[in-house]
Amino acid sequence: MNAILAIARKDLRIEWRTRTLLARVIPFALLVLVLFAVALDSEPLLLRAAAGLVWLAMLFAAMLLVQRSFDVETADHALDSLMSFVSSPSKVFFGKALSMFVQLFALAVVLLGAAVVLYGARVDGDSVVLLVTVLITATIGLSVVGTLYGVVVANMSGRDSLLPLLALPVLAPLLIGAARATEAALGSDTIDLANGWAWVALLVSYAVVFGSAGAVAFAPLAQSDS
Amino acid sequence: MALGGFPALAGVDLVVRCGELVALRGANGTGKSTLLRLCAGLAPLTRGSAHVLGFDVARQRDVVRTMVGLLGHDNGLYADLTARENVEFVAQLVGAGTNDVESALDRLGIDSRVAAARAGALSAGQRRRTALAALVVRRARLWLLDEPHAGLDGQARAELDGILRDATRSGATVVYTTHELEVPGARIPRTITLSGGIVARDVESADPS
Amino acid sequence: MKTGTTTTRVLGIFALLITTWVVVSAFFLTPADVVQGDSVRIMYAHVPTAWIAYLAFVTTAVASGLSLVRKHRTLGFDRVAGASAEVGVLFMAMTLITGSLWGRLTWGTFWQWDPRLTTTLFLFVTYVGYLAIRRVDVDPVRRARRSSVIALLAVLEIPLVHFSVVLWRSLHQEASVLNTDGDVRLDDLMLFTLFSGVVAFTLIFVWLVVHRQRLAAMSDVERLVGLDVAITARRAESTVGGGGI
Repeated sequence: MNAILAIARKDLRIEWRTRTLLARVIPFALLVLVLFAVALDSEPLLLRAAAGLVWLAMLFAAMLLVQRSFDVETADHALDSLMSFVSSPSKVFFGKALSMFVQLFALAVVLLGAAVVLYGARVDGDSVVLLVTVLITATIGLSVVGTLYGVVVANMSGRDSLLPLLALPVLAPLLIGAARATEAALGSDTIDLANGWAWVALLVSYAVVFGSAGAVAFAPLAQSDS
Repeated sequence: MALGGFPALAGVDLVVRCGELVALRGANGTGKSTLLRLCAGLAPLTRGSAHVLGFDVARQRDVVRTMVGLLGHDNGLYADLTARENVEFVAQLVGAGTNDVESALDRLGIDSRVAAARAGALSAGQRRRTALAALVVRRARLWLLDEPHAGLDGQARAELDGILRDATRSGATVVYTTHELEVPGARIPRTITLSGGIVARDVESADPS
Repeated sequence: MKTGTTTTRVLGIFALLITTWVVVSAFFLTPADVVQGDSVRIMYAHVPTAWIAYLAFVTTAVASGLSLVRKHRTLGFDRVAGASAEVGVLFMAMTLITGSLWGRLTWGTFWQWDPRLTTTLFLFVTYVGYLAIRRVDVDPVRRARRSSVIALLAVLEIPLVHFSVVLWRSLHQEASVLNTDGDVRLDDLMLFTLFSGVVAFTLIFVWLVVHRQRLAAMSDVERLVGLDVAITARRAESTVGGGGI
């Protein structure tokens, strides 16, 4: 547990020092939301699409953060040396996923705020619990899948285009679930709250499946020996 | 080697004793790096066996991994952390304390000014020292250093030699590679020369310290 | 060097003969459907390609698992996995194309966001990504391990995609157009032709995979020879350079 926290703290410290999330990724994601609004050019349509657009922007932003997270590891082969003495490789996976979660959760809160301001989405008192649960479970899923596919393409030439190609199809169920559940929580007419909770169940199983898969698969993917 | 077709090492029969400082020499392509990777359990043994501190490298890889510190051409540092934070990070992962960090920095001559600087802003020699401090904190008992002198100037080289000699005095065993045939001014207790994947020469100097 | 042997030649001839029979029967012998008319004949190509695509991806998954477990045969199984995925992507593309043509004729639209179609589409994109990562040039053993893990992750992904898409569609009440799909009444000849199509395409699949993986083995050998040459050259260099020892 200490090792997981130490790795997450290390990543967050580097993020705080370089401000990749604050100075680049958050502005990028907000820009995506603004551009969607311009492209769709219809307020009722935007309100209906708000949840999906927020999560789509999350996915794109996650691709940037994941690459950054592994560029830091491979620039001076720090990951190789880390893997050589850490007591269990899955700790590296969970540590990096944890720092990814913290950053993506902050981003999700900002983007939902933007959806309220820009798209006129409403958050009611009785749906706040659902909304927070969706944010947490979906962000966990996004973090573990991002970390898992991040190590696949780490140090690979052309990783900036390979990562989305590999990770986005895998993230499709998460996008569907998170967007629908968020839509329910934002008080949409199309989905009621009970259906929203059904989607949370999907998001939880998704996070559990890929969390366990990542813990197992991280070692063979990260170790450079042959 | 990767395809299992061409062995990089043909027949190396070698015993390194605890606390020894050994220079592995040989021109490029003679199998020096492969030998180090093999001892660290990172390259497959097609034939024969390798033991580190009594543990079989092929069968007890996880034990060997924790005792061996392999430092390649890269230092494995995070450029945006300070030198001290880099060493502290390693310390946290292996359960070493703040005192261990301080004494490691001290042993490698990393003063507080250098320790507080971003690793990315340090000189090549300072970065190499920080990486070695991490090996000290890890309590690695066998140091395998691949071309540790590369990229260092004359003074930094001499200092590195001193650091390696100190390390062996405090119980570590150090094997490092160099592609230079003569290291001017260095008094290396034991020099092994590889050529064509075999040991061509093994010389122990009369004055080991 | 050639990739053909007597076995593959016999296999190829059988595949050709059965395919010829399927073409003749599908176009001229089998009757048109009462509702769909002649467009039902697309079925004889569409159903077998879909079957082959799924067979190919199952083969990839199994070969990838074996590649990870059987360490001494890692590269061999990995080549089978890669060859099978390539053929699978090709057949899945044909499935999507024939399917959307058929859809245009029977439902009046090229695409429906129905669970089966959507899952197939995501499956297709997933394996396109798998092939893309196989093309990245790295040490073959490392590539084998990495691609095997990705292929096995895809096995986890597909049920989740399918389940989420089913749940997604069940909330909308518009998926009923597809019910015509099951309405085709198959007589004995139609069933036999469809079955022959599956057999013919399976033979073609095996034929392609055998050749493809032999080709991959050859290019691995070629690479190895290149590596040998490079190492020898490097050693020769070092003997010259180390002359002073």
